[in-house]
Order: sequence, then structure tokens, then C-alpha cells
Amino acid sequence: MSAVADTHAQAHHHGPASGITRWLFTTNHKDIGTMYLVFSFTMFLLGGTMAMVIRAELFQPGLQIVQPEFFNQMTTMHGLIMVFGAVMPAFVGLANWMLPLMIGAPDMALPRMNNWSFWLLPCAFLILVSTLFMSGGAPNFGWTFYAPLSTTYGPPSTTFFIFAVHIMGISSIMGAINVIATILNLRAPGMTLMKMPLFVWTWLITAFLLIAVMPVLAGVVTMMLMDINFGTSFFDASGGGDPVLFQHVFWFFGHPEVYIMILPAFGAVSHIIPAFSRKRLFGYASMVYAVGAIALLSFIVWAHHMFTVGVPIAGQLFFMYATMLIAVPTGVKVFNWVATMFRGSLTFEAPMLFAVAFVILFTIGGFSGLMLAIAPADFQYHDTYFVVAHFHYVLVPGAIFGIFASAYFWLPKWTGHMYDETLAKTHFWLSFIGMNLAFFPMHFLGLAGMPRRIPDYALQFADFNMVSSIGAFMFGATQLLFLAIVIKCVRGGEKAAAKPWEGAEGLEWTVPSPAPYHTFATPPEVK
Amino acid sequence: MFSQLFSVFLTYVYTQNCYIREQAFTLRWPVRANTASSEGLDAKSDKNKTLWRHSMMRVHAKRAGVLLSGLMLPALSHADWGMNMVPGVTGTSNEIFSLHMTILWICVAIGVVVFGVMFWSIIAHRKSDDREPAHFHENTAVEILWTIIPFVILVAMAIPATATLVDMYDTSESDIDIKVTGYQWKWKYDYINDDFGYFSNLATSQDEIYNRLEKNENYLLEVDNPLVIPVGKKVRLLLTANDVIHSWWVPEFGVKKDAIPGFINETWTRVDEPGIYRGQCTELCGTYHGFMPVVVKAVPQEEYDSWLAEQKAAAEKERELTQKDWTMDELMERGEKVYATACAACHQADGSGAPPAFPALKGSAIATGDMAGHLDIVVNGKPGTAMQAFGEQLNEADLAAVITYERNAWGNNTGDMVTPKEVFDYKNQQ
Repeated sequence: MSAVADTHAQAHHHGPASGITRWLFTTNHKDIGTMYLVFSFTMFLLGGTMAMVIRAELFQPGLQIVQPEFFNQMTTMHGLIMVFGAVMPAFVGLANWMLPLMIGAPDMALPRMNNWSFWLLPCAFLILVSTLFMSGGAPNFGWTFYAPLSTTYGPPSTTFFIFAVHIMGISSIMGAINVIATILNLRAPGMTLMKMPLFVWTWLITAFLLIAVMPVLAGVVTMMLMDINFGTSFFDASGGGDPVLFQHVFWFFGHPEVYIMILPAFGAVSHIIPAFSRKRLFGYASMVYAVGAIALLSFIVWAHHMFTVGVPIAGQLFFMYATMLIAVPTGVKVFNWVATMFRGSLTFEAPMLFAVAFVILFTIGGFSGLMLAIAPADFQYHDTYFVVAHFHYVLVPGAIFGIFASAYFWLPKWTGHMYDETLAKTHFWLSFIGMNLAFFPMHFLGLAGMPRRIPDYALQFADFNMVSSIGAFMFGATQLLFLAIVIKCVRGGEKAAAKPWEGAEGLEWTVPSPAPYHTFATPPEVK
Repeated sequence: MFSQLFSVFLTYVYTQNCYIREQAFTLRWPVRANTASSEGLDAKSDKNKTLWRHSMMRVHAKRAGVLLSGLMLPALSHADWGMNMVPGVTGTSNEIFSLHMTILWICVAIGVVVFGVMFWSIIAHRKSDDREPAHFHENTAVEILWTIIPFVILVAMAIPATATLVDMYDTSESDIDIKVTGYQWKWKYDYINDDFGYFSNLATSQDEIYNRLEKNENYLLEVDNPLVIPVGKKVRLLLTANDVIHSWWVPEFGVKKDAIPGFINETWTRVDEPGIYRGQCTELCGTYHGFMPVVVKAVPQEEYDSWLAEQKAAAEKERELTQKDWTMDELMERGEKVYATACAACHQADGSGAPPAFPALKGSAIATGDMAGHLDIVVNGKPGTAMQAFGEQLNEADLAAVITYERNAWGNNTGDMVTPKEVFDYKNQQ
């Protein structure tokens, strides 16, 4: 280790290369992190635009703006782009930037692979988005792409969709390998596993989840590829196949996937809340164990997405009990955050606002999740807007607010400038109000009986849909403000200290702001 | 706590909205309220003011009431806005409703405690009040407690849920069996013990969907032929699908089950209240997923019996159609109707199709070529495409009529004609 650091010291007074090659060929974790974050935000705006189309069509009953066929393409692409293009790359971007800084490593363990796993993503999404312009249109079978709707009945562009998923999967797996290799090998001397920052812990566990389930996703799309192009019948009942097999395999990937999208946010929030409470995290060890427990349980609950499929009653009961059990470690996490805030010395800068909203609104999403876990009640909730409300409550104020909180928390470290606090608070409040206005009424719509993924609806759903659309437009428009805030912060602003937050702790605050191009060429000592 | 506040807010928005609407009404129709009177203009506007004041008072009273109930009963049912699940009309749906309310209130209670502590900290433990942070962390007793208590609550919740589930899965000893088949985008109901069945299609007009006509109160929730069941009988439903996965849902029965090609799923219901119950397909099944409602008519036993007799007689008559001697004109006339309901959604009314997914029939090789090829594709469908096997969906007369129509409409003037008998023979030689 030290030998590597010494020989490298000779050559490391170079800064970034200039021009486009800096970004094309870079192996620097900070550059790659930035590219991931920019890519993710671009996809967030693209997926968000599609959501605006959806909400505009649903503003009133009747068909006004788009046809049902295009509406289905919008719901599908919105889901795929947000999950694979916005949320996952954002967390990989945060990991790239912060993991080496948090564990005192000079870079990611596998820098060239890092470059490769990033550059695969724009390729994958170019293919995916290009399907919109193909004859027959883009995938229109929902982001869950259930067979046989996506195989026998899918549009011709499905094969391109499959190829795009394969490439994204390769990118994710390589990213995950890199994270594991970095965390397990490059920690500063003295940083034992149980001294690692929680963001590092949650990412380590997320990376294992990724390695476990992305190949399963690759498997299921490959089976689709075979069914569509090579005459097999994995999912075609008339050829002896089984459409339900698709759902089992898909959700074996899909359920851990939802934790992939939330665990890193858990980690980030576990730094932000103590920092702005000026008080140590209440239970570090129990937080680590809770994340581990959630990750393990996430492998044995997949069929709760399939309660109405006709699973035998023994299976139904097993998956109901296992799902309910997830509430226990999740509760432990929420209680820990609350106990950390209790009797602290709180201030509410933008990262803290987003983190507190994260805890409250994610918990509301957790509550509706618990309701959905009750199998008999799920027969009424399943595939209605109640489910849409549930997963948007865990994903928007969960994953997305977690990302915003992290971005504001670490922006001073990345840019060397403080962001505009007033604008950031405006961004928070408009997002908070818009998001709740958009998604809370969806609970009511679902309970009142509105199915999901429909372009037009019965009249009794009209009022809440209009409220929801207004909230969605407000939330969507507000995100442009975030873009403005970040640009402003990159270009200038009050100089940020090495540790701009009074209560923050960790190695990342020991390097100057902005973080130099190369950090921790000599590993720090952790006591 | 948050949800409570939010529901208060929403109800406020709602009453505001009511107010605006009522006001708009009085403004737009100033004369309508007193068309029958012969009062002068001033009197009219006076009366309008009174009307307006009354409506304001009503709105205020409503708003106060709603605000109050919003405070006391967050997310509870509000008749006009449909905020909650319906208790429904079956034992199952009532059990589900009570499970739903129990778990909802448990969540609300936990939320009040957790968010209460949190808001207490947010309000009372601020740095701006010069507070020094406390230094406590890790307390094994507390941590064990907040693991055990949720676990106990979950066990308490799982017990009634398990009982309900066992009951829902008990499809034994049914009085009537009905096979429900999902098609893109309609349902078929087969009364398997009585040898007849029929399709149930959306009855809402395109004019309403495309906003050319005012929408009726059952917009998108109306069909041509509802499923008819007798009250007080255990009806077992056997669900399957012809093409993609669909899901059959009637909220008021508490019954939702996927209809999957190649599988037969079972579920059951017993409805005690006569009435018309409406639901929808809830599994994304393609372009017109939002346009395949489920409508069930529950009728008293005597009414059901006479309906059943009628249906059986009609089915018998249909079978006789096969034996009848048809003329070209009769077939063309019948064929045009069949084409409009069974084929036009994909191949379009003018036979132009929507290539590449849905080929044109106008001038196509199949519709103008060999008759056997045409029969084959209509009766057996084309595997791997959206073209369904209509042999099982349509009777012989309809098949013969629609094939004849396709071979002679839109300038496909082949002059060919196929009779129901020939179709019958074709189907049976296979």
C-alpha cells in the first residue's frame, strides 16, 4: 500500500487533462462522480417531462393530449428512465465522489473499469430513448414488462429495450464490483468495518444486492429475447411456457432493486441528521444491523408483488409474514433518526430540511407499504393508484429527497462554494408542497378504485386527479430551480471552509474545499 | 399527524372548489334559477343575490363540517370525494375493509407517536434557542423495546389477516361456476353448467371519450352485456385469459384475481344485495387497458332463472343459424357488424390497418387470396402476433359473415362467399 503511494507521489502533481478527453478518458473518481451526477440529472429531467405528459393527460377525464398507445409508452419510459437512469446513477455518482473521501482512499480501486461503467450508461440510454422514434413506438408494457405483453405482444423495439437493459446491467455490476473492491481494500489504516461511515456501509450492502440481482434481470430479459427472436417458449403458455415464471424471476430482481434505490439514501441521511442535530447518531451498530437485515429480507419477499396472481395459500402466507417483518428493521432506522434529533441542537439548512422530510414522508410510504403487506387487503389495493402513491412516497421523498439532501450537504465540498441557501430552501418548500399535492391524493384515488396505468378514468376520480396534476406540475417546474442553484454554486458564491457544517464528521471534511483533484495520496490515520 | 394536516388542507381546497363551482353556476345561469317566474330584471338580480348568499352559507357550513371531520377522521371516507375504500357488499369485502381500517389506525397511532417526538425536537430543541446538544447514544433496553413492540403489533395484525385469507381461498361448495376469460380488451363470461356464454364490451361511445359528447355518470364503467349472478349464492369464478394477463376486479365484492393465459385461477363471491356493481381490468393489458370495465348485475333468484332460460334459448337459436341457408347480402350485412366489434379496433373500419403491428386487409394477400388461408388465420389466429384465434370467440355464422365481408368490402371484390356450414366443417376437420 505505502509503496504504491510513494511511487505515485512522483507523478501526481498533474491536474485534469483539458478538453473533452478529460471526460472521455478520465479515471478520476471525482470526474466520474460528476459525470454520473450530471447524467442522472439529465435523465431526471427527461423522465420528469414524461411524467408531465402523463399528468397532463390525466388532468381531466377523456382523451385530450395523447393517445392510449403513446400514454403507455410514457408510463413505461418514465419508470425505466427514473429507476435506471436517474436514481441508480445518482447514487453511483455520490459513491464515486464520496466513498474514497470517506474512507481515506486515493481513488476507486478499479479506475479504468470505473470509466467504462460510466460510459456504458449514455450508450444504453441512447438505445432506450431511440425506441421512441422507431416504427411501432417505444416499449409500452410498463416498467415491469410482464410477459406475454412484452414478448408475444410487444412492439418491435422490445429487442432494443432488452439490449439497453443488458448494457445498464453490465454497467451496474461493474460499478458494484468497484465499490466492494474499494471499500474492502482501500480503507485508511485503523478504519475497521464497524468504524466505517454509514454511507459506506449502506453502499457496501447495496453493491452486494446489485451483484446478486442484476444478473437475474439479465437472465429474465435474455429469456424474453429468446422468446421473441429464437422461438423458445419460456413465457408463452401455448408453447408450454409459464407467464407467471416471468413475474417470479422479475420480482426476485425487482424487490431487492427497490432497496438498491433506498439504502444509500439511508446512509446519507444518517450523516446529515447528526450533523445538523450536532449530536452523535443514536445507534450506529443497530443501524448497520438493520440495513443488513433489510437486505437479507429483501430476497424473500418478492411474491408480495404477486398476491393476486394465484399463489397457493401457503406461499401467500409466507410472503405476507416475511414482508411484514421488514417493518421491524425499517422501524429501527426511523426510531434511530428521531432519537438522534431528540434533545439535539437543531438547525435547518437545506440538507437538513430534505433529510427531515425524507424521514417523515418515507415513513408514510412505509406505512402504506405495511398496509400493502396485508395480503387480503392487498387484493383491494393491488394495481391501483394506492400502489402508485406508495412507491412514489418511498421513491420521491425517499430516494430523490435523499439525493437532494446529499447534494446540498456535499456541494460545498465539490465546488468550494456555498450554495444559495434562500434559493435552496425555496427549492425544498416548493418540492415538498408539490410532491405531497401530487402523490397524497393518489392514496384516495386508489382506495376509491382507480386502477393504475390508465389514460382515462371514470368521473368520480376527476377532482383528485386534477389536484394531483397541479402538484406534479409544481414539483416538476421546481426542479429547474435546482439546476439554477447548482450552476450558480459552481460558478461562484461564498467560499466554503474545509468543514462548512458545524456538526459534520468524517474524513471528507479534512480535505480542503473544493476537494483537490487528487486526495489522500498518503492515507490518513483513523483512530 | 402529517396526513391529518394534509387531509384538512385537501378538504379545504375541496370546499373552496365547491364554492367556485357553485358560484360559477350562479354566474353562468343567472336566469335559469327563476325561469318560471315573471319577475322583472331587478327582482331577478335580487333573487340571484339571495341564491348566491344561500349557496355561500351552504358552502361555509360544509367547509366547517368538512374541516371538523377532516381533523377528527383523517383519510376517512368522504362521500363526494371517495377518499376511502368501500366496505362493499360481500362478507369478504367487509372483512377486508375492517382489516384495512385497523391497520390504517395502527399506522396513524404509530405516526402520531413517532412524528410527535420528532416535531417536539424540531420545535423545542433548536440551536437558535442556545440549546446545548445532549450526548446520549445507544441504549440497549430502548433498542430492544423498539424492536419487540413493532413485532408484537405485527403478530397481532397477522392473525386476523390470515383468517380472512383462508376464507378467501375457500372456493369449495359453490352453487354456480362461471368461467371468466380476459381478451384484449373485453371479458367473456361462460356459464359452463348451462352451455352458453357471451362477451362483455365497453359501452361508452368514442364521442364521450374524445370529449365530443358530455360524459354520462357511468363513463368507462358501462358494458353492453354485464355478468349476471343471483344474490345469496356462492358463485365460483374460474379465470383465464386468451392473450395477455388481465385482472378481474370488482371493488365492492373484494374480489380481484389475475386472468392468465394458460392458467385457470379460482375465486368466489357471494353477493347479498341486488344491484349493479362496477369495476375494471387492473393489470396492464395493452393499448386499451383502461377501456375494459367489469360490470356485474346481481339479481334475485327468480329473475336470474328467467334470464338464464332466455339466454339458453338464444344460444340454441344461434346454433340453428349455422344450419340456415345464407345469401351473400345477409352475410355482408352481418359481417359488417361483426367486423366493427371484433376486427376494426386493430384493422380499422376501412380495412387500412395500422402497419406494421396490424396489417391492412384492404387488398391484402390473405383477404383476396386463397379461401383456406383466410379461414385459417381468422379461426386459428397467428401465433406470435396480436392476431387472435377467433374460432373460439365467434360462432360459425359470424365467422362466415366476417370472412365474406372482408373478401368483398373496400374494393376486395373477390365475389367469394363462405357459408356457416362450411366454417363448421372447416373447424371440425381440424
